[in-house]
Amino acid sequence: MDRLISQSQLRYLKDRKKSRICIIIMRILILVLIIGGWELCADTGILNSFVFSSPSRIVRCFIGMARTGVIWKHLWITVYETLICFSIVIAAGMICAMLMWRFRMIFRVAEPYIVLLNSLPKSALAPVLIVWLGNNIKTIIVAAVSVAIFGAILSIYTAFIETDPEKIKLIRTLGGKRRHVLVKLVIPSSVPTIINTMKVNLGLSLVGVIIGEFLAADSGLGYLIIYGSQVFKMDWVLMSIVILCILSGVLYKLINILEKKAGHSK
Amino acid sequence: MSNALSLKNISYSYHTVQGETCALKDISLDIPKGSFVSIVGPSGCGKSTLLSIIAGIIRPDSGRIMINGRDISPGNDSIGYMLQHDHLFEWRSIYGNVMLGLEIKRKKKSADTCYVDELLERYGLGEFKASRPSELSGGMRQRAALIRTLALEPEILLLDEPFSALDYQTRLTVCDDIYSIIKNEHKTAVLVTHDLSEAISVGDTIYVLSRRPGQIARSVSVDFPADMTPLMRRNTPEFKDYFNILWKELNENG
Repeated sequence: MDRLISQSQLRYLKDRKKSRICIIIMRILILVLIIGGWELCADTGILNSFVFSSPSRIVRCFIGMARTGVIWKHLWITVYETLICFSIVIAAGMICAMLMWRFRMIFRVAEPYIVLLNSLPKSALAPVLIVWLGNNIKTIIVAAVSVAIFGAILSIYTAFIETDPEKIKLIRTLGGKRRHVLVKLVIPSSVPTIINTMKVNLGLSLVGVIIGEFLAADSGLGYLIIYGSQVFKMDWVLMSIVILCILSGVLYKLINILEKKAGHSK
Repeated sequence: MSNALSLKNISYSYHTVQGETCALKDISLDIPKGSFVSIVGPSGCGKSTLLSIIAGIIRPDSGRIMINGRDISPGNDSIGYMLQHDHLFEWRSIYGNVMLGLEIKRKKKSADTCYVDELLERYGLGEFKASRPSELSGGMRQRAALIRTLALEPEILLLDEPFSALDYQTRLTVCDDIYSIIKNEHKTAVLVTHDLSEAISVGDTIYVLSRRPGQIARSVSVDFPADMTPLMRRNTPEFKDYFNILWKELNENG
């Protein structure tokens, strides 16, 4: 770009940059206000810090638990369960969608059941799963998978069948069979939808894992939240929630990086 | 001259819940080697269906299709098909796109890829190999689509309104472009269109297809010097005469 840039173009670029900086400053300001306000209210006694905790208490609590290593154990368990659940959801979602795309009959038969199971509130299943599978990680994983799987199947399948029929014709004119249509066209053209499904399902997996940990766990952030509330250690509860916020942000960012790698983001 | 492609009494109907529709009825055509045939007809007369049948994507209810005097067998490579839109895949580079057919046929041997490289060079896409389709103009995209078809070295090219998605000016130049490539590579070609002028500007013989069920209402042979481009044809006085003959035919039978 060694072309001459006109004055008006320069002004335009400057204005854009200005508004971008302005947005970032305001975002940081909101965070500072929330944390600062919370701390202030807790210090002056407007909020009862025993019930509402406070940023400084959370930080102190975190440092204490980080020293003993307890928090890392809980965090790792939750991350581990979430990643397992997420992998199962995406892999099973892809496989089911491919099978249903290949054998349309399967979908036509199974559709009402999938739709029904998708709209069923999965938290209702959790107590049943505890009885069936026991008070362990199996229950948590199955509960979390059940939260996300049906929606994942439906959205990936929908992307598959929405492939442009003219493009399918193109593959056929080049001598391609159904598997070529799937591998060369249907899957690559569904990559944006698959990545979007991944974004949604990473969040849903986390939701499912936390629900599972509420009910059947002796570790993990979900356990820490429910246990903390029971023994009135609100510092634990709010610290876990803050960690969950950061965790979901980090996981979302990871998918964003994957999206950029896939080269579809535009 | 021998026939590259013969159709004998092709009929086809398709089925919906509402009933059966006869799309094509008793179509017979002989297309000599190296010729350029245009098929014109109103929308919905089964023109595209006819090409799909020739390409072996749809099986006709009755009739025979012969290439070089022999019945077509499934999965033959002697027919190339060019669709209305270029359908270049945005997730592949231009090179990746033109290699698609060879990839499917597992023919990525050096001789085949050499031919593709040669085509890309010869038709001005050599330096765009690594580009994304969206970086190319409409005309260049259509050229890339043609090279993708030519990569499998078909003898016969089927063109299904390949210019209709382009704006008028581009359409004329791309038509010239594609026509010269086809002539250059000595291919037999069948173009299907609803645009009369386009049909006359490229065809040696023009078949008029009637409204449903599609039947051949008439064939008109046109006579232009061999070295004339489609655009030059459009500027000759005879062009108008052919146009009027076909126009009348389409209005009576189309």
